[in-house]
Amino acid sequence: MAKEYSYYPGCSSQKGASSSNLEKSVETLCEELDIKLNPIPDWNCCGASIGYAGGGELPRMTLSARNIALSEKHHPDQDIVATCAACWLNTREVNERLLHNPKLKEETNIALQAVKLEFSGKKKVRHMVEVLIEDVGYDALAAKVKKPLEGLKIAGYVGCQTNRPFGIDGESFENPMYLDKMVETLGGEALTKYEKKVACCSGALMFSEPEKGQALVKDIIESAYDNGANMIVTPCPLCQANVEIYQDDINARYKTNFNMPVMYYSQLMDVAFGRNAKDAALDGNIIQSMELRKIADK
Amino acid sequence: MSTAVNQAMVEKYKGNFLKEVTENVEEGNWVKMCMQCGVCSGSCPLGPHWDHPPQEIFMMIRANKREEVLSSTSMWMCTSCYNCIARCPRGLPITHIMHGLAHYSKRIGLKPKNQPTEKFGQMFWDNLTKKGRVNELKLGLGLYFKDGFAEGVKVAMSKQKLGMNMMKAKRMSPMEMLGGHGVSDLAGFHAMLKKAEELEAARVGENTDKK
Ligand code: SF4
Ligand code: SF4
Ligand code: SF4
Ligand code: SF4
Repeated sequence: MAKEYSYYPGCSSQKGASSSNLEKSVETLCEELDIKLNPIPDWNCCGASIGYAGGGELPRMTLSARNIALSEKHHPDQDIVATCAACWLNTREVNERLLHNPKLKEETNIALQAVKLEFSGKKKVRHMVEVLIEDVGYDALAAKVKKPLEGLKIAGYVGCQTNRPFGIDGESFENPMYLDKMVETLGGEALTKYEKKVACCSGALMFSEPEKGQALVKDIIESAYDNGANMIVTPCPLCQANVEIYQDDINARYKTNFNMPVMYYSQLMDVAFGRNAKDAALDGNIIQSMELRKIADK
Repeated sequence: MSTAVNQAMVEKYKGNFLKEVTENVEEGNWVKMCMQCGVCSGSCPLGPHWDHPPQEIFMMIRANKREEVLSSTSMWMCTSCYNCIARCPRGLPITHIMHGLAHYSKRIGLKPKNQPTEKFGQMFWDNLTKKGRVNELKLGLGLYFKDGFAEGVKVAMSKQKLGMNMMKAKRMSPMEMLGGHGVSDLAGFHAMLKKAEELEAARVGENTDKK
């Protein structure tokens, strides 16, 4: 029997959006692991971390509350699962803040009457990697490996929001290990000394403050090279985009020579589980990892 | 228009800015709990670009430096990295307070002029509230043109290669331009947000449109 979850896809996963390759590779992963993600019907954007410029506290809370209420209505027995760090954070945070603040909850529910919904807050809001770690487990993941990622040195870049403030699997904020453990589970070499593991990539400020953001990303990539990495792996779509797509600009600005692939954990899993480059959405990356492709094409 | 709201607030709180923040800013009731240890200020990824790091902002709130705080660009440097929240010994939700101060500064018309994150954030919000979901391509184009047409063309040109690469990797679809994604219960969605905005405006004691 497939494990079923109420799925919050988020804007950046939509067809044609910047992290549609995360969406595709997760879809493949779910096939492999017999997981069924049921999209929340008619979900809306959660406001990301930057929504506060236009939206006050209550309107922003209402955004996620609508999604949670839709999930409560349509998928009453399923945990909510998100693949985007910001989506997960926002949804979980709203869930908890409304539960802790009766006044806010009351006002939110008044606003939700306009869409004939009610937020109760009985659900767990989880990240996809929690499903993999807690519901599937490292052993079961290891048992699926058909093509170990032998010889690949991988810098696990956790970033901010898949780590703080909630954390994954009770691990520390300063040095969470789950991404490294995943890499090792897949037969790759985790660069556990990678200094920039939990550094911030500037998040949404990359758009508005590109020079400041690129300075942060430069250090994140440089440290991966210093540790001898073949690639960076991350769970966060905004981190993926920020670290991958501005490498040309960074090279021009800093006279560096970066060409570092930045993959999703789900893409690595797909390949290690024996799926091809297409199923792992490898074409969705601007900088290709020839090593990973070789394993996928084996 | 917002100056009227600003004036009303100045009169209402008569030099007690801490009280004003406590009652009107998101999670502002926490500010009084700060013990000035400075841990948060060392945590911001864009730290060197903050005129006043969070600890200092909290100190200034208590010292009644109202205009200085609310017109500062500092809060707009927050990347929402949650380093501060993870480390603060007093458990202050610093990230939310920064967002709250930034939003409040807009609401009462004291926000800094030409602050790029403020502009981008507003664009993001407008984009998402229009159809319920974010259309990245329109957002991207909007961003290029935020400084005016000539500047926009320059930025768009310099990003052309990136755009082409994204299209090749099928991560940006020109089809988005023609319509893109959105929620289907749009009328309900808008009514919901309108209600939430009304309730909040009533709470902040302000019934004027905040734009
Ligand atoms: S965090 Fe991003 S992708 Fe997630 S829903 Fe919100 S805006 Fe859209
Ligand atoms: S997108 Fe987030 S906010 Fe996220 S980690 Fe990158 S760093 Fe920081
Ligand atoms: S870390 Fe907490 S207690 Fe220390 S200065 Fe910052 S807000 Fe105040
Ligand atoms: S969340 Fe904002 S205030 Fe807190 S450490 Fe990060 S940048 Fe600084």
